[in-house]
Amino acid sequence: MSPAHTAAIELAAASDASEHRTLIISLFAAFVVATLFITVWAGRQTKNAADFYAGGRQFTGFQNGLAISGDYMSAASFLGIAGAIALFGYDGFLYSIGFLVAWLVALLLVAEPLRNSGRYTMGDVLAYRMRQRPVRTAAGTSTIVVSIFYLLAQMAGAGVLVSLLLGITSDAGKILIVALVGVLMIVYVTIGGMKGTTWVQMVKAVLLIAGTILITFLILLKFNFNVSDLLGTAASNSGKGSAFLEPGLKYGVTATSKLDFLSLGIALVLGTAGLPHILIRFYTVPTAKAARKSVNWAIGIIGAFYLMTIVLGFGAAALLKPDDITASNKAGNTAAPLAALEIGGGGDSTGGAILLAVISAVAFATILAVVAGLTLASSSSFAHDIYANVIRKGKATEKEEMKAARWSTVFIGVVSIALGALARDLNVAGLVALAFAVAASANLPTILYSLFWKRFTTQGALWSIYGGLIAAVGLVLFSPVVSGKPSSMFPDANFDFFPLENPGLISIPLGFLLGWLGSILTKEKPDEGKYAELEVKSLTGVGAH
Amino acid sequence: MATDAPPPSKGGAGNDPAPHAPSTEEFVQVQESAEFGELRRSHRSFAFPLTIAFIAWYLVYVLLSNYAGDFMGTKLFGNINVALVLGLGQFLTTFLIAWFYSRHAAAKLDPKAEAIKSRMENRMETRTEGDA
Repeated sequence: MSPAHTAAIELAAASDASEHRTLIISLFAAFVVATLFITVWAGRQTKNAADFYAGGRQFTGFQNGLAISGDYMSAASFLGIAGAIALFGYDGFLYSIGFLVAWLVALLLVAEPLRNSGRYTMGDVLAYRMRQRPVRTAAGTSTIVVSIFYLLAQMAGAGVLVSLLLGITSDAGKILIVALVGVLMIVYVTIGGMKGTTWVQMVKAVLLIAGTILITFLILLKFNFNVSDLLGTAASNSGKGSAFLEPGLKYGVTATSKLDFLSLGIALVLGTAGLPHILIRFYTVPTAKAARKSVNWAIGIIGAFYLMTIVLGFGAAALLKPDDITASNKAGNTAAPLAALEIGGGGDSTGGAILLAVISAVAFATILAVVAGLTLASSSSFAHDIYANVIRKGKATEKEEMKAARWSTVFIGVVSIALGALARDLNVAGLVALAFAVAASANLPTILYSLFWKRFTTQGALWSIYGGLIAAVGLVLFSPVVSGKPSSMFPDANFDFFPLENPGLISIPLGFLLGWLGSILTKEKPDEGKYAELEVKSLTGVGAH
Repeated sequence: MATDAPPPSKGGAGNDPAPHAPSTEEFVQVQESAEFGELRRSHRSFAFPLTIAFIAWYLVYVLLSNYAGDFMGTKLFGNINVALVLGLGQFLTTFLIAWFYSRHAAAKLDPKAEAIKSRMENRMETRTEGDA
């Protein structure tokens, strides 16, 4: 055995030692109490629909940029990317690039027009020039599907992660964690609405950045700020040599895996600007200029954060043995907490225990803030698009609409607790990529055509939303994510007719193609007056809410 | 259809009465005006090519990672190789493009948008100036 205990044993030891667990739980509890306090405070100021859906539209560009970062940097990007780098070196780092570059699509084409022409949901913009009821139904469906996939991945991840950090092994314990996360997110959203959720996301972003800076600094300090040295140690320690610093370890194995990587890359870069929980954040600021400023802040914060995850990931690879990383979680999700434990002095040290507790609390905060944002996006869309505009045909009062939003929050929360508990042992990594692929295939084409193409019609919108949605979900259903491989959800079944794990390569072009075809293959005339309204509003902000 | 779409006189899908909500005819008029055409062109001629450029640059990077492993693995200094430098280059270009767009928007788009907006929202002035 190595001179030190293996890190996995250290993690188990640290989690088992009751004082360490007490520390972690105290930090969790402190975050929960602080955020509940914020939620109640925000709830008192939530009086009308604009408060509930859009936080009163009075956040500054900086505040919203921080909240966007808090909404976007999920546990998947914090723990997942660091873990992927720790295991696969360079290939893990490729994710973060796609996640970051994607923001330029939002900045250049989507954020400002959306802020200028919509009120509460993505459906507001998509249905603006179209027949309201069918397009709202489609937009609501796609919003809810994307958000639920994303939510499910976060919930299941939360169960696995938090139980691991707390040393809970029983199924009942994991289900309890998922239920706790679910109940908290229901409370945040029903009471605090967008205002409460925004503040929770801001607090989380600050904690996440502070925690990441701390660990990054300590890792760099250990290597005397010599990045080349850090990379060299990581490469030799990984047992893969210089290949660890080159592309290909994860995706370069076969021609299919290379195509899969291309598909993932396209879905990541085009998905962000179609994620409903990100889009509704642009409504929380007063003007398009503030929306632009908030994306700029988000790009700065998220970019800096991903740069630090590189250090975190390669640091974990340099400090830990590969077997120890995979011992506690096969996907490497515990690499960052393990690295924190190690850099603090190891499992027996107070320093290690404190850093582990801090990183665990940050991960917990991250999960809570992201699930709250997702729940809000899906319940807003249900209440505003489907209930108020489809079921009640626009005749619901503001009170009724808010009531519907709160009830649908409870409903979505309960459903995701149930699904999250069921999915706790499934491979959920594909779900986030799927959410991005659906967003890029169904939402982005429809948003861009609506804003910029004069001849876009209701039929085009329906074809691109449903076509992109069905293609993305259908291809995943018949992909190795669901069946045919040992890592699939159903490893014993074989209906994996589509070879790629990510559908983007096919479904995104298809979404764009269908939007175009649907528009030219109809006798329906585009509503030119409505397009004039939308175009002028989207570029100038006339009559913006 | 008639029940689906709100009447064309008021702006948007909303029910809120806006103080000076311009009519659809006014929106069409503005949309066809040279001034708005200028604003649209300033936005599109900047944002569209730039979007194509950064997506192409990103795809080049992804494809190089996929199919040019040897080139990407070339060591430049210490353990820093081409792949890492190009990856960090993506970060750098993202920051630069965000800054570049914001500068363009502040200089070229905001003043034009502001002018059209204030004229449309103070309808009386639009009438007199617009008919001149």
